Amino acid sequence: MSKINELFTNKLNVINVGIENFRDDLFKQNASVTHLDWTPPGRGNPELIAALDKLEDPSVTDKIEAANKAAVERIINSQPVLIGFDQAINVVPGMTKNTILHAGPPITWDKMNGPMKGAVTGAIVFEGLAPNIEEAAELAASGEIIFSPCHEHNCVGSMAGVTSASMFMHIVENRTYGNIAYTNLSEQMSKILRMGANDESVIHRLIWMRDVLGPILRDAMKLSPNGIDLRLMLSQALHMGDECHNRNVAGTTLLIQALTPYIIQTNFTVEQKKEVFEFVSSSDYFSGPTWMALCKCALDAAHGIENSTIVTTMARNGVEFGIRVSGIAGNVWFTGPAQQVIGPMFAGYKPEDSGLDIGDSAITETYGIGGFAMATAPAIVSLVGGTVDDAISYTTKMAEITTIENPNVTIPMLDFIGIPTGIDIQKVIQTGIMPIINTAIAHKDAGIGMIGAGIVNPPIEAFEKALLALSEEIK
Amino acid sequence: MTVQVLVKPNTYIDSVSLMSLSTKANQIEIVEQAIIAMGTEMNKEVIRNVGLMTPEVESAKTSDLVIIVKAASEELCEGAFESINELLTKKKDSSKGKSEVKYSTITSAVNGIPEANLAIIAVNGSYAPREARKALENNLHVMLFSDNVSIEDEIQLKTLAQEKGLLMMGPDCGTAIIGNVALCFANAVRKGNIGIVGASGTGSQEVTVRIHEFGGGITQLIGTGGRDLSEEVGGIMMLAGIKALEEDDATKVIVLVSKPPAPSVEEKVLAQIKQCKKPVVVWFVGGNEEKVTQAGGHFAKMSKEAALKAVLLAGADESKLNKRALNLPLIEEVRAKLNPEQKYIRGLFSGGTLCDEAMHIAMEKFDNVYSNIQREPEYRLKDVRVSQDHTFIDFGDDQFTQGKPHPMIDPSTRIERFIQEAKDPSVGVIVMDFVLGFGAHEDPVGAMLPAIIEAKQVAEEEGRHLEVIGYILGTELDSQNIEGQINKLLASGATHASSSQNAGLLAREFVVKGE
Repeated sequence: MSKINELFTNKLNVINVGIENFRDDLFKQNASVTHLDWTPPGRGNPELIAALDKLEDPSVTDKIEAANKAAVERIINSQPVLIGFDQAINVVPGMTKNTILHAGPPITWDKMNGPMKGAVTGAIVFEGLAPNIEEAAELAASGEIIFSPCHEHNCVGSMAGVTSASMFMHIVENRTYGNIAYTNLSEQMSKILRMGANDESVIHRLIWMRDVLGPILRDAMKLSPNGIDLRLMLSQALHMGDECHNRNVAGTTLLIQALTPYIIQTNFTVEQKKEVFEFVSSSDYFSGPTWMALCKCALDAAHGIENSTIVTTMARNGVEFGIRVSGIAGNVWFTGPAQQVIGPMFAGYKPEDSGLDIGDSAITETYGIGGFAMATAPAIVSLVGGTVDDAISYTTKMAEITTIENPNVTIPMLDFIGIPTGIDIQKVIQTGIMPIINTAIAHKDAGIGMIGAGIVNPPIEAFEKALLALSEEIK
Repeated sequence: MTVQVLVKPNTYIDSVSLMSLSTKANQIEIVEQAIIAMGTEMNKEVIRNVGLMTPEVESAKTSDLVIIVKAASEELCEGAFESINELLTKKKDSSKGKSEVKYSTITSAVNGIPEANLAIIAVNGSYAPREARKALENNLHVMLFSDNVSIEDEIQLKTLAQEKGLLMMGPDCGTAIIGNVALCFANAVRKGNIGIVGASGTGSQEVTVRIHEFGGGITQLIGTGGRDLSEEVGGIMMLAGIKALEEDDATKVIVLVSKPPAPSVEEKVLAQIKQCKKPVVVWFVGGNEEKVTQAGGHFAKMSKEAALKAVLLAGADESKLNKRALNLPLIEEVRAKLNPEQKYIRGLFSGGTLCDEAMHIAMEKFDNVYSNIQREPEYRLKDVRVSQDHTFIDFGDDQFTQGKPHPMIDPSTRIERFIQEAKDPSVGVIVMDFVLGFGAHEDPVGAMLPAIIEAKQVAEEEGRHLEVIGYILGTELDSQNIEGQINKLLASGATHASSSQNAGLLAREFVVKGE
């Protein structure tokens, strides 16, 4: 029977695009009908529509689909394992004594926002390159400090992302593909360097982290024969109600539980070990950076696949939001203005106090957790509007702009479907749906720190520029 | 007076919803004037024309929603924005309750709903081909309501549909009935054994309604869009439709509805009719009887005739049918009432084919018949706002719908024109259609009623009889209550015609002089 004749005999099931009244009339006739939440692709911009059309030419589509399949398979199959801790100068590629890594796409000292300047000057003082914050600022402006994005050194850094030579780093190895990713340790409290604070208490804590916490973790991991399988632990944490960007209660517990047997075997005093455990329990955030390194490790394995339209990086420097896409290899950033984060704030702070969106932590959403996995973390639905339904709809909505569900990391509340994985530039531009990011809010001025948390979307310009570039690149 | 503007970036609302929102916004008490529109060039032109242009509106993009409010004070403007925002969000709530999962693209919807088999697409013409292509690529049959789609796109889409064995109804297709479900603009009619392929919307509606009235019923009504039988498109969808209906066990008789096809396409269609195992009734407005008969088809000159032939071929007993013959005594009566100078018919139509049919009926007796849809340039109205001799206007044509909804939804333009025509002492008859059914106005006769009553009164005071003929296209199953519509029409003193065909014939006969 021909398809048209099948239509005559089967029950009509309509997808309605555009005029809602037609949907209503179909309802009245008891027909099955689904009304699309449709907006003009590419915001109606003919240049973008032409680029979409070009990429959707059957000969091109097949190539893209194959490339995207390869990219998401690499993300899913990556097995990031925590294998150790060490100082940045010893492990991070390209690290020097006068290099400071920062979050987001490249930025110069004069353009940095308050929190990032605060973090940079604090790090200079911490490294002993200047005696105080004022002189640190002069040094930063002098050109003698090399600024470079974390992402361009296999690293990720939360918030300002400021990483200097003697800071201790997570070392995460991709057991499947062999690449390595690094990230800083959590400073825990709210008044911290990564949020732009830099007073004596902040520097003091960094020194303790360098001299006690870091070495204990380094020595502990040396005792771990196989490392710690982070992907397995991430899956567990999600099942326990973390989305592993803003809620890290379960993940932190699991991580310290895994580290403890080794920590107690190190040659440090009981007092020092006690300090470490107290530090870890002082904030739920301890495992936050760990998941970021996991995500970075998996996504780097998927970067640079010819013809792929999958996003491999989303990161912000407080001024610009930048993305990288798999199909355009290397460090090519597509940027747009950083946005304001909307969400609950600590008492006494108002939205106008907040600095613009900042940090490499959006790597978690790029991987498919954080805002993308909101449905698994009902405890923090206040970040996204207050109801569990809102949280679920954030996750299901992200499935519209991603390529696949990651079967290795699942969400119990949604019948164990996998996290939405592999943001596809084409789908973002086609639907106008922006990735949703759960994130913290830093005060706009240097020296204050975290003042709240909430959600933010990337600027669409970054995705539009990437689409245009891909349409040039993919033939 | 204060004018304030609110631009909501990258917010899309379809034009029909915007119309109803605008209407509601203008009903807000404190609002002097409100415009809610997408920032398209066309809308900006409208805004400029009403003197509400601001730099903010000027810089709005096509994808931005523009809200303009004129009110007595700044404070009242703010209040109006609040009320308008409520209207915008209210709509969202009601839609949320009806469907659980929200999909943004056809592809994701198809992934989520594997049983989906048809897409109705009614978005701006510049985006429509892309969406239609996506639907076809996802193996959906398509009804493309959008107009302003290029003929190149139409050919490409229909060729793709043909390769995939899918229906590609449209572009500019507003009427279809598939599996007894009316799509977009169609009437509620009985299920039966007659299948229709129609290149014209209201023409197809008329045939289904007449078949229903004769006691027959419909299997499928496949719309093709008006350009399908052009030289360029080559009748791809009409040929596919005939083939599908021929293979459909439930269909006994096939009816084709169209304006005259391009000669090469007509040949193809007739060749297919010749091979078709089922009887085919052909109503091509102004078509040629000989060719159809030669091909073994059943020729119909007019709509009711087409429906009648179809039901008879489908097995109806002719002796039991009420054919609703013309009311000849009424013709005599009206002729006597009209002054000698009342020579002309003015046809004011919301349905294009209904207009065409009435015009062709008039053209059989008069050679001075003008229209905005005349194919002969000589008889095309120079200025569509000014009538000349016998004039038939299709208010659904582009000149009248630029930036406005179709007259089947918004009767305002036609009401204005009616008042204008009624004042013309050379006019004997004004003939109008009122289309009921899904998608149409809730009370089309009611909207025109005050104008009819007043016009007839004024004419009487001036010592002339103004004859108004109304034809109501609908069935007793349509939600508008056809009985009530007819009663309203009769109460105004207008004459009710029982079919499109009869409306045309009555109008013509009323003004024939000296026979």
